[in-house]
Amino acid sequence: MHFVAVDYWIMILLFILVVASLAMYFIKDLVHAVIVYGAYSLTMALIWLQMNTPDLAITEAAAGICMTVLMMVVIFRTSRREE
Amino acid sequence: MRDFILKRVAAIILPFICTYGFYVILHGHVSPGGSFAGGIIVGLSFIAFSTIYGIEKGRARLPETVLTWTESFGTLWYGIMGMVGITKGAPFLANKLAGIDLGVPGTLSSGGLISLIGLGVGIRVASTIVTLFFTMMEEKS
Repeated sequence: MHFVAVDYWIMILLFILVVASLAMYFIKDLVHAVIVYGAYSLTMALIWLQMNTPDLAITEAAAGICMTVLMMVVIFRTSRREE
Repeated sequence: MRDFILKRVAAIILPFICTYGFYVILHGHVSPGGSFAGGIIVGLSFIAFSTIYGIEKGRARLPETVLTWTESFGTLWYGIMGMVGITKGAPFLANKLAGIDLGVPGTLSSGGLISLIGLGVGIRVASTIVTLFFTMMEEKS
C-alpha cells in the first residue's frame, strides 16, 4: 500500500478532518461541538485549496462560518446545554 | 454584545466585507468564487451587523418586505435574463448566440449576461441567509 502522488500535507489535513468528524459525534456539549465544526470547516477549506479548487474553498469557508453562527444562535436561543 | 470597540471595528470593516461580496458575485466567471459564495459573504455582513448592533437595528435596516421582494425577484431576474436570448431568436439563456458583444477575454465584460445573472442569484442567496438568521433569532423557545 503506497501513496505515490499524494501530498503529505493533504494526508495531515485529512487526518485532522477525520478526528474532527469523530469528535463532533462524541462531544456531549453542543457549544463545543459547534466549535469543532468550525475547525472541520476550516480544514475542509484548506483541503479544497490544496486540491486547486479555490472557489470551493471560498464557498466552504463562508458557508462554514455562516452555519457555525446559525447553529450557535439556535443553541443560545433554545438554551439547552448538556453538562 | 454592546461593546464599544467591537462596534467601531465593525463599522469600519463591514462595508468592505459587503463590497467584497459583490466583487465576488460580479467576477464569478473570471476569478474564484461565484454567486453562491459572494451571496453568502454579503449575507454574512448583514448577519454580523445584526449580531453586533442588536437584532432591532438589523431589522430596521432590512425590513420584512425588502427581504421578501429581493428573495422573490432575485429568482425572477434569472428568468428575465434567460428571456433575453428568446427575444433575440436564440435559445433560453443564450449569451453569445443572442448577439451580445463579448469583449476582451479575462475582463468583466467578457461574461456577457453571466454577471447580471449572478447578481440576481447572489442577492437571492444573501436575502435567504438573512431571513434564516432573523427567523432563528426571533423564535421564542
